[in-house]
Amino acid sequence: MATIELRQVEKKFGEVYAVQPVDLTIQDGEFVVLLGPSGCGKTTTLRMISGLEAVTTGQILIDGRDVTWKHPSDRDIAFVFQFFALYPHMTVRQNISFTLEAQKVPRAEIEQRVHETAKLLQIEHLLRLRPRALSGGDRQRVTLARALVRRPAAFLMDEPLGALDADFRAIMRAEIKRLHLAQHATTVYVTHDQIEAMAMSDRIVVMSNAVVQQVGTPAQVYYDPANLFVARFIGSPGMNLIPGQYVEGIVHLPGDNHYLVPDGWRGRLAQQLRSDDVIVGFRPEAAQIAPGGALHTTVYADALHGAYTMLHLALDGSTATHTMAHVRADRDVDYDIGTPVNFDLNPEMVRFFDPKTELAIL
Amino acid sequence: MADVALQQITKHFRNVTALREVSFEVRDGEFFVLLGPTGAGKTTSLRIIAGLEKQDSGSVTFDGESVDARSPAERDIAFVFQQYSLYPTMSVYDNLAFPLRSPLRKTPEAEIKTRVTAVAEILRISHLLERKTARLSGGEMQRVSIGRAIVRKPRIFLMDEPLSNLDAKLRESLRIELEHIQKTQHATTLYVTHDQVEALTLADRIAVLRQGRVIQLGAPQDIYDRPATVFVAQLVGTPRINLLPAMRTNGVLQIEQSPLQIPAGSTALPAKFTLGIRPEDVQVTADGAFGGEIALIEPLGVETILYIKSGSQTLLSLASGMVQQRIGESVRFSIVRERLHYFDGDGARVV
Repeated sequence: MATIELRQVEKKFGEVYAVQPVDLTIQDGEFVVLLGPSGCGKTTTLRMISGLEAVTTGQILIDGRDVTWKHPSDRDIAFVFQFFALYPHMTVRQNISFTLEAQKVPRAEIEQRVHETAKLLQIEHLLRLRPRALSGGDRQRVTLARALVRRPAAFLMDEPLGALDADFRAIMRAEIKRLHLAQHATTVYVTHDQIEAMAMSDRIVVMSNAVVQQVGTPAQVYYDPANLFVARFIGSPGMNLIPGQYVEGIVHLPGDNHYLVPDGWRGRLAQQLRSDDVIVGFRPEAAQIAPGGALHTTVYADALHGAYTMLHLALDGSTATHTMAHVRADRDVDYDIGTPVNFDLNPEMVRFFDPKTELAIL
Repeated sequence: MADVALQQITKHFRNVTALREVSFEVRDGEFFVLLGPTGAGKTTSLRIIAGLEKQDSGSVTFDGESVDARSPAERDIAFVFQQYSLYPTMSVYDNLAFPLRSPLRKTPEAEIKTRVTAVAEILRISHLLERKTARLSGGEMQRVSIGRAIVRKPRIFLMDEPLSNLDAKLRESLRIELEHIQKTQHATTLYVTHDQVEALTLADRIAVLRQGRVIQLGAPQDIYDRPATVFVAQLVGTPRINLLPAMRTNGVLQIEQSPLQIPAGSTALPAKFTLGIRPEDVQVTADGAFGGEIALIEPLGVETILYIKSGSQTLLSLASGMVQQRIGESVRFSIVRERLHYFDGDGARVV
């Protein structure tokens, strides 16, 4: 298996950056997700690792070996795409085995490897069928099997679940993770779906506008987003970001609300903020509804999600400029629009951002 | 506004039956959602109400009066589609004013201005009124489309997957807006979607459609807590409900291919049945009555999905926040027995 190292890797199309210089080391056996909206540079980064796209400058090393200018086929990696690129005239078995045959692997070994891979993916009963007889999920399993059977040093996956419906995506998401845990092959996985990134990865590389915004574990990007983009992009809904003014230990928030800043933060806010302007950030589960709660709001909408209710609360009454907080509540909670609701914040889950730099206060 | 009823509507396309004796009533001021997979008959129902499609049998009534003989224009409905059908060279203002300027209505310009301004405020697009619609983002365009429907004050809004072309974050914010608008304007709305989150969060009542039939009709809480069939149970809720084959033997419910046994309650069950358990009703706890092994952990931030293996069955469990457990670890867990679901061999709920 392999480590993958990117040293100041960048990609320009003319004068436009597709990827600004990236430094990233992916450890042997690690599952790293490149996450971001379309056009952020995640797929270009993956394609540079694979060799399908040339770097503009920088170096790519696989297991310490410089492969920057090596052909894709000389990098010992397997690529899994979103689309089911299966050969319709071949059986599932042939689809899985043909790369091994092309490499002149001995027949007995091919048999054994196809069998093992099919067992791992639970598609043994499908080996005699042709792709068109398979469901979407099974086709994607065969695509995975074809990548796995080669036993490459690393897997690169480009939105492999993008074409599946929500239910199947959840099932395949778990299967890919299970496979990864069984094989521990270094994997770089591209997606725009933050849920997939959180659920599957060891680490997430969040990208936007050709720039890496943050590299961290799911817990790090969720609880300690490096900037406003990550705070909004991770989570559903994203982090609540309420603009206010910081004056002497108190943040003045819309609707005559105040947040008393915990002692530990005061020095840092005074030191790091470029002006009075500050953004208070908290996740929906950081708020506890309480009659005597410090923050006063009115219900803008409330939405049952089955297992819980999401309250959408306006901090100030006017709908034109309203600032909304999304708060997670018990499933039995049911309020009429306009009902006054107060809440407190769990101080350990409150974060601060400077609206001028968009960066988190550390 | 009006209440709208479908009575025994049947519709065939060549030899395919799109709707089979579909009946439901959208009450005055209600947000009613038709939920189902592709091909269930949702859009056909909508088009029959609009008069864009003619049913083979059955009747559509508005306020108790049949509209079967009326043309789409005479039915006074407003349609919002998945694709925004705006006039790209016109300003947002003119797009919103367009339905009011139709020769049928001939609204005075002063009144048009009042109504357009009010609608723009509701949808928070006041700052865009002078802009050409071609220069708007997808979310803004869909706000204008909804605005153009609202401005007319029609008898009923028909919305066909209006959010499905937007990305996840925009969909979420427009969903909140739609709920707020509907609840404050009390507009009778029939909304079609295949997205269970939209259905649960927006609806006063949901009709679940499958293969041209209404499978279940009820409030979101009913549909979620008392799904009428296995199909409905799987359709709503993420992560999806655990469905386990089980047998009733000697006063216990035995999960097949698993050591899991649950004391039988008072429910009269067939010898073989399917047990449904929502993931949030499976809780890892030190004094849990059941044992298993963690097969997989998916941290989502606000909550974590734990895959717990028991024999050859795997149960999904939903925990708050991030968890301490590790893959391969043995755990105890409890099941909320009052919230179990039972389904017979045909997939129907056993009460």
